[in-house]
Amino acid sequence: MKANKDASHPRMTGAEIVIQALIDQGVDVIFGYPGGAVLPVYDALFEHDQIRHILVRHEQGAVHAAEGYARSTGKPGVVLVTSGPGATNAVTGLADAMLDSIPIICLTGQVATRLIGSDAFQEADTVGITRPCTKHNWLVNDVDTLPKIMHDAFYVATHGRPGPVVVDLPKDIQFAEADYTGPSNEGHRNYQPQVKGDPDKIEQAVAAMANARRPLFYTGGGVINAGPEASRRLRELVQLTGFPITSTLMGLGAYPASDPQWLGLVGMHGTYESNNAMHDCDVMINIGARFDDRVTGNIEKFSPGSKKIHVDIDPSSINKTIMVDIPIVGDCAHVLAAMLEVWKRKKIKKDPSMHRDWWQQIDTWRARNCLSYQQKGQVIQPQYAIERLYALTRDKDVYISTEVGQHQMWAAQHFKFEQPNRWMTSGGLGTMGYGLPAAVGIQIAHPGSLVIDIAGEASVLMTMQEMSTAMQYDLPIKIFILNNQYMGMVRQWQELLHDKRYSHSYTEALPDFVKLADAYGGHGIRITCADELDAGIQEMMAVDKPVLVDCMVDQQANCFPMIPSGAAHNEMILSDQDEPTEISEEGKMLV
Amino acid sequence: MMKDQPSERRCIAILVDNEAGVLARVIGLFSGRGYNIDSLTVSEVDPQKHTSRITIVSNGTAMILEQLKAQLGRLVPVQKVVDMTLDHDSVERELALVKVKGTGEKRVESLRLSDAFRAQVIDTTHESFVFELTGSPSKLDAFVNLMRPLGLVDVSRSGVAAIARGSEGM
Repeated sequence: MKANKDASHPRMTGAEIVIQALIDQGVDVIFGYPGGAVLPVYDALFEHDQIRHILVRHEQGAVHAAEGYARSTGKPGVVLVTSGPGATNAVTGLADAMLDSIPIICLTGQVATRLIGSDAFQEADTVGITRPCTKHNWLVNDVDTLPKIMHDAFYVATHGRPGPVVVDLPKDIQFAEADYTGPSNEGHRNYQPQVKGDPDKIEQAVAAMANARRPLFYTGGGVINAGPEASRRLRELVQLTGFPITSTLMGLGAYPASDPQWLGLVGMHGTYESNNAMHDCDVMINIGARFDDRVTGNIEKFSPGSKKIHVDIDPSSINKTIMVDIPIVGDCAHVLAAMLEVWKRKKIKKDPSMHRDWWQQIDTWRARNCLSYQQKGQVIQPQYAIERLYALTRDKDVYISTEVGQHQMWAAQHFKFEQPNRWMTSGGLGTMGYGLPAAVGIQIAHPGSLVIDIAGEASVLMTMQEMSTAMQYDLPIKIFILNNQYMGMVRQWQELLHDKRYSHSYTEALPDFVKLADAYGGHGIRITCADELDAGIQEMMAVDKPVLVDCMVDQQANCFPMIPSGAAHNEMILSDQDEPTEISEEGKMLV
Repeated sequence: MMKDQPSERRCIAILVDNEAGVLARVIGLFSGRGYNIDSLTVSEVDPQKHTSRITIVSNGTAMILEQLKAQLGRLVPVQKVVDMTLDHDSVERELALVKVKGTGEKRVESLRLSDAFRAQVIDTTHESFVFELTGSPSKLDAFVNLMRPLGLVDVSRSGVAAIARGSEGM
């Protein structure tokens, strides 16, 4: 850094500008992997100890680790990768962050500006490739614009509906010099999301809630993204109204699962009580959820009799698949505060008699005990493994990530969350391989906490190399594999939709996960029968290094309840013993 | 509920920051989400503010069209999205260059019809004309269809430009 007459605009190289902007934005950790086109930034990083760099083993892992960091802290995650393959490897992570609305700033190296378009070594059209899977991206072609772009990148990633952004940095821009400018409070010229909800709409919503006979809160990841204050206000509103509440996969933890008003997960593998309540409610209060197809099932048959209130910060989420009656564009925390204010101002009293029939109905649904399973003998039922994991970690400060598949749904059903930001899972994109690198990012953010990746043996192999990252930084993450040797959810769908023709869903050759853990320098544990389960989990927690637990479970277990494709919420399959449901031709087309 | 909605034609004006890649963002949104583009025009309209105006004619159900506008509004370089069909009484114009080849009676007839449409002859040889014609898209369609049996060679159309009637903006 050279001296400059104007101390507030010091002269720096592009690489130094990048690092200074990160420091000024409050970044203390970045996840990355070096390469030719990003060497100047790495060189600038070498001189700074304010920023901790976590060296991953694959760029996809860098983005998932940054996602885990972001989701468990509420702060944006930062990624630094090189051009070409570095950027393309990051794409899966970016798409994942896009669909789950996670704030990520991904800095990519690029070939020098004069080489762009010449098919240079490790050149890829990064802004072209990442355009549909980022909220916004920038190719920096003038170093003078770099400080503003860096600050805009943080603004765009974290304001409105959060999401990933990419800043593509040609190598010559990293060497070129410009005056640095710090962050401003001006925001962005065009991008100014609406945060406060329309007061008239909020009055209408509260009036509808006050008159509801069969109300239901349906909440989602928007509550988590709006910060801990949103969760506190949600709890207050739910208590004040006495209404039942369900949540999407993304929203787990915003409302405590131990509370009697909590109905459990909603959607394809949601509880019987949640889905029937969604179908039969007369007023649905959607806070920060997006009527995702995993939640709605057949939209033609979705909650036919309800008046629908939808609170979302993204106007494009409103009326996208389900037409609603009272749309409210705004941040969940603000709108919940406004709803509370109106409810209190109007002195609306909780009238238990008004909802007595509704709660009685809910209790009859609950009595079906839809998450029950039979743990007989020594073959471990996967649900039992999750239940024991939950029971034995209850007094710990625990964060859970998952991979994608049956184990993910069992975790969502059987692990109970009391706090937001404790549950990190790939919801929208359904990215196998998410959980292990996410656990790395979570453990970096919460060094003293118990971080468990509830995994499947197929998913975890997709990003297994990040065990090496966990070793390098002494991250005692626990990878708890429910090993059924199948891609379980694929196998389940083949059983239901393709006459048990298990085409390529069985993994013939799996590694010995205990030896694999040893090879990485971690600790491996194998659990083969029910009697070994508790001791295995205790051992996992006792070892202060990365642990791979290979928990062998029932290969045939299916994840129930389930709304089959093309069916309505009140047409659930509860168990293997149910009459086999004929899946419609239309349903087979759906994923 | 959505299947029964009829398809409508809409003209949408989008004011955007004139920066690299902005058109790709808009077009990528249409192709990525399966929206239709019937015509598209784009040009800078305010060099000082680096603002371009994109005019897109699309069709779809009312629900799709509302979704399309909301998605456009989400793009960071987009300043404003205006539905010229629904929110304004607007005028639409398009320009066409039409090449017709022929001799004798057909050549005379094409010239006579061009006069009726108030088209300009902007290039000619002994056996061809290039007509320049401005008007509503349907007027251009009618003219092109009339030229077809008279020796139509090529058509180049600008796509629709639209502006609101009256003294207010857009």
